[in-house]
Amino acid sequence: MAISGAANGPNWIKRTENSPDTIASSVIADPLETSFDVIKEGRLIRHIVGLPSLLLHPTMALCEWSQGNERTPIVTNDSDHIVTESAARIFADLADPQTINRLDNGAWKAPFWQALSDAGLPLAWVPERLGGAGATLAEGFAVLGVAGRFAVAVPLAETLLAGWLLTRAGVAAPNGSMTIAPSRPSDRIIFDNDGTLSGSVIGIPFAAEAQHIAVLAHGEEGVVVALVAASDCTICEGRTLAGDPSNIVRFQRVKPLRYARAPLGLDYTALMLMGSVSRSVQTAGALESILSLSVSYANERVAFERPIGKFQAVQHNLARLAGETAIALAASGSAASTIGQSDSFDETEFFEGASAKIRCAEAATDGAAIAHQVFGAIGFTKEHILHRFTLRILAWRDDFGSESYWAAELGRHVAQEGADEFWPMVASR
Amino acid sequence: MSRKLQFDQIRLPPECDALRQEVRAFLADEIAQGTFDPHRPGHGDSHDRTFSKRIGAKGWIGMTWSKKYGGHERSFLERYVVTEEFRVANAPVRSHFVADRQSGPILLKYAPEHVKVNILPRICRGELCFVIGMSEPGSGSDLFAVKTKATKVDKGWRINGSKIWTSNAHIADYMIALFRTSPPTNENRRHGLTQFLVDMKTRGIKVNPIYQMSGQHDFNEVVFEDVFVPDDHVLGEIDGAWKQATSELAYERSGPERFLETFYLMLELIRAVGSEPDTRSAEGLGRLVAQLHTLRRMSVSVAGMLQAGKEPVVEAAIVKDLGTIWEQNLPNRVRELTAFVPPEIANRVTLEEQLAFATTIAPKLTIQGGTTEILRGIIARGLGLR
Repeated sequence: MAISGAANGPNWIKRTENSPDTIASSVIADPLETSFDVIKEGRLIRHIVGLPSLLLHPTMALCEWSQGNERTPIVTNDSDHIVTESAARIFADLADPQTINRLDNGAWKAPFWQALSDAGLPLAWVPERLGGAGATLAEGFAVLGVAGRFAVAVPLAETLLAGWLLTRAGVAAPNGSMTIAPSRPSDRIIFDNDGTLSGSVIGIPFAAEAQHIAVLAHGEEGVVVALVAASDCTICEGRTLAGDPSNIVRFQRVKPLRYARAPLGLDYTALMLMGSVSRSVQTAGALESILSLSVSYANERVAFERPIGKFQAVQHNLARLAGETAIALAASGSAASTIGQSDSFDETEFFEGASAKIRCAEAATDGAAIAHQVFGAIGFTKEHILHRFTLRILAWRDDFGSESYWAAELGRHVAQEGADEFWPMVASR
Repeated sequence: MSRKLQFDQIRLPPECDALRQEVRAFLADEIAQGTFDPHRPGHGDSHDRTFSKRIGAKGWIGMTWSKKYGGHERSFLERYVVTEEFRVANAPVRSHFVADRQSGPILLKYAPEHVKVNILPRICRGELCFVIGMSEPGSGSDLFAVKTKATKVDKGWRINGSKIWTSNAHIADYMIALFRTSPPTNENRRHGLTQFLVDMKTRGIKVNPIYQMSGQHDFNEVVFEDVFVPDDHVLGEIDGAWKQATSELAYERSGPERFLETFYLMLELIRAVGSEPDTRSAEGLGRLVAQLHTLRRMSVSVAGMLQAGKEPVVEAAIVKDLGTIWEQNLPNRVRELTAFVPPEIANRVTLEEQLAFATTIAPKLTIQGGTTEILRGIIARGLGLR
């Protein structure tokens, strides 16, 4: 059966021509659950509870959805996708890396953020009934991939993640930009019996620019998700390699605006994995642009009377860069599709998410080095846009657990399971 | 850049699970009967024709081919599962694997009907071993330098010259070879080569062994002295072989055999570091696991894209480049990560034997089936640099 369209909020409708079935209605019941009717020749043939818009993700040529124990293979049209297309248009119009790089102020940020908000992108992962766009996880990851291609320097990924964290716990998300805390695996924030938050966490991306912070905290009775006004916290000055805010945030008996107990399974590991996969997807997008910039430059730049791209040594470097880009695309795509089709964070999601962060961070290290080698001196000037991409992917390595952190976690897990369980684990993916 | 890199998120379909269990049960049974030892690579010969016949009887050779020719009309993803399970188990598949992966598909595409009917069902039954005759003493990666000559005679061709690095030639029934039928032209140096099917029992063929530094006897020199090949054994267009070897190479390049040949090292590493490894071992192991998982996801993706009728030529070259380099480095990575484990660990002997063997075969991984340099040239062309 062909699914011809899915209604999941006005921004997310996609229609395919020449299909006998149409989706007639859509009811959002839960952030991760949508029900809809399939109409064929004017008759209701099925009422389905599932994730219809997942099926329309451009990277999924073959998808499945399940209803009870019934699994129906569905072939989707992997043509252009309205969500990523509209995102790309906004990035290109209002956050073009070349234009931004020439400016020495942040005047471009306000109109850009406004356009993103108008398109419903920052709250994409917030369900409609809680004021968001109700996009699927897969759609949100696809947007982050495009954001990576433009090296977007506003807290889009952070606001998406904050919206996801808050609404998974049933806490309504505010408008405006947000970030999440903690963003390092070893950091903890304490939820005290008097209903306040205490603790100090490092490396919180865009904390100095965000209006709100979504917090995952430890209480005596378990994990709590809280929304905090950034102005209620002490935020220290700090920047990443790429010059984006990255701040130490101190919570000193901060009273949250609202909070709720985290549902079962929403814990530190889940947050670190969601953050890691988001950074992986952004890294893959940025590497796509780095590869494309590098190939264009090698074809244009003339030395020894020919374009440097004609030299075998340069060609082989660029082939290696293509390899690193391919690794990042495949690893992040695999993890995003896994988490996008899952409702929990178990062994499979850990295996995929950890692998993605490890491989994308390694690809960032090697890929950035190769690109800078291809560009020569111009590549590490402030004037050239290459650093907007390379420094960001290098900085993203450290967010939500570095590759070293996840590798040690993954290695311990594999060792604990033992040699006999190893191949079945790999082959199950 | 001419186009974007693409890795569709392909998952093996549910029918593959049952097949995988069936293959594992078969292999466990063969190991129990002593057909091969999964922990001892390089011991004994890696080909076993009676074993290949049992695999053929299970329907696991020529899986994707038409039933008309003895095949089973199953998907490339199902074939993928069978290939990876046999590699991981370290099972001896050399007798049929080349025919299954490469030679059969070439015959399916280019051989006359009566030749297909005669040969393909025997491949599927595991009865035939094939050898590829490409390289010559003066022609390795530069295939278009092939000099071994096929001269037109009555009802066929007369072959003179020699082929080298021919894996399996000493046990093979047939060779698919590239011979020169015309000189190259000024406009096109790739012109003038033709593919032939050669019966290895033909008079005038001499096979001289070449031993490798690992101690294995895998490849050979094959000398042709006035060897007659009949007209109906020409495969495809005369003088036009260069057009015939593009999309098939994607199958050859990106399979799981490109990074799973020494998989046993991963298992022995896990055994050596134990269930509670120190941070250094855990981190090193974790990186290898993530790298292997990603390679496999890329390889499955290419298989799925091929199944869907796409031509991921660049992606396939990338998978082989990354996969072979990863596997080539594996013995030393394992060596480093086990440097501080206690000397009395239970699998010390097995580990050291495997490391020694894997180290001696590591250099071939980035040579066979297209060297690193050739692959990077293909990738560069795909990027729009050539």
